[in-house]
Amino acid sequence: MPVDSVSFIFLNAFLINNFVLAMFLGLCPFLGVSGKLNTAWSMGLATTLVMLISSISAYFINELLVYFQIEFLRLICYIAVIASAVQLVEMSMKKFSPGLFKALGIFLPLITTNCAILGLALFQTHKDYDLAQSLAYSTGAGAGFILAIMLMAGLREKLELANLPNASQGAAMSLMLAGILSLIFMGFAGLGS
Amino acid sequence: MPVKDDHTITADTFLAGIWKENPVFVMLLGMCPVLAVTNSVINALAMGIATTFVLLCSSSLISLLRNFIPKEVRIATYIVIIATFVTITDYVIQAISLELYNALGAFIQLIVVNCMILGRAEAYASRNRLLKTLTNSLGMGIGFSIALLCLGSVRELLGNGSLLGFSIFGDAFQPWVVMVLPPGGFIVLGAWLLLFNWLKEYSLQNKKNSSGSDTLADQKGAL
Repeated sequence: MPVDSVSFIFLNAFLINNFVLAMFLGLCPFLGVSGKLNTAWSMGLATTLVMLISSISAYFINELLVYFQIEFLRLICYIAVIASAVQLVEMSMKKFSPGLFKALGIFLPLITTNCAILGLALFQTHKDYDLAQSLAYSTGAGAGFILAIMLMAGLREKLELANLPNASQGAAMSLMLAGILSLIFMGFAGLGS
Repeated sequence: MPVKDDHTITADTFLAGIWKENPVFVMLLGMCPVLAVTNSVINALAMGIATTFVLLCSSSLISLLRNFIPKEVRIATYIVIIATFVTITDYVIQAISLELYNALGAFIQLIVVNCMILGRAEAYASRNRLLKTLTNSLGMGIGFSIALLCLGSVRELLGNGSLLGFSIFGDAFQPWVVMVLPPGGFIVLGAWLLLFNWLKEYSLQNKKNSSGSDTLADQKGAL
């Protein structure tokens, strides 16, 4: 597979360079919202949606910024776009599916400070992806995020039943688990060559 | 707020960020840069300084403007202020050392979404006077840098056998390569948290023993 083909970019963001487990992006929701499988699933879905919207808008904004030669405003523009994309998703979700809106609750506005989304926009600009490639990159990253957070949530649900020493409960154990998951994902690096 | 604000600055205003409310080890905020750039001491130090700078500038500006920012758009305002200072930092680091800039990569720009900075703006700078905010932010920044250095030194020592680029263990040492790779970050931070939890439990147990009530149920309740 050629390196810049759409399918390889998807696979790269999904498994080889998984945003959470290989690039340390989006750790806050990964550690914070992975207590239960169903909230993890909705969080992953909402994040993926925001990723798609902000990735497409970031592509066009970057074209605009390059045209006017004001690239130094890139960061401020991107973060403003992401904040409004989150607001947009929140409002449309409230209108079209109030059930899902209620289920996500406080997690929705917090997506703004998820570094996976800003990271995605910055990386696709850095790598000079065109629109199709950006789309593949953001779907891959979203799918990778869902995969990682679901794996973690499944493990943590099982862990609730285990009898742990007091000192290792909570975040310490989650981080150890994340370390082992990340070790496993290193195996996918072989797909890249 | 009808309650009169407390404007006195105590040692605790400064020390809270370093020990009791350490952003990384206690509050678990801003994890992404903590794990991503701590594969060597130099990177960790640079990241710590950059974050502290952004934190100081943005929280003092927010503290000065706190009576002018409308409540409804405060989060957006905070983010734009933070993004401005991050852009400045980004260009300054690029001008000082291109090597460092390449090593840190996108993580300098990602300081914008460091939840610790936004958290400080929302919880502290928007409510307190400039001097008090500055003291507290400086403590938080130093606490954050110390945590980064804790991780960076362990990972560089084990993963490379060196500290700040100087070889410590000599040539015979086989480096644990996994420590500088992503899994090492998670595992070392987990180990530090484990150590702090254990210390906390140990001191709690000592206190319990000296006061005479050391039943297991009591300890579980306290935790």
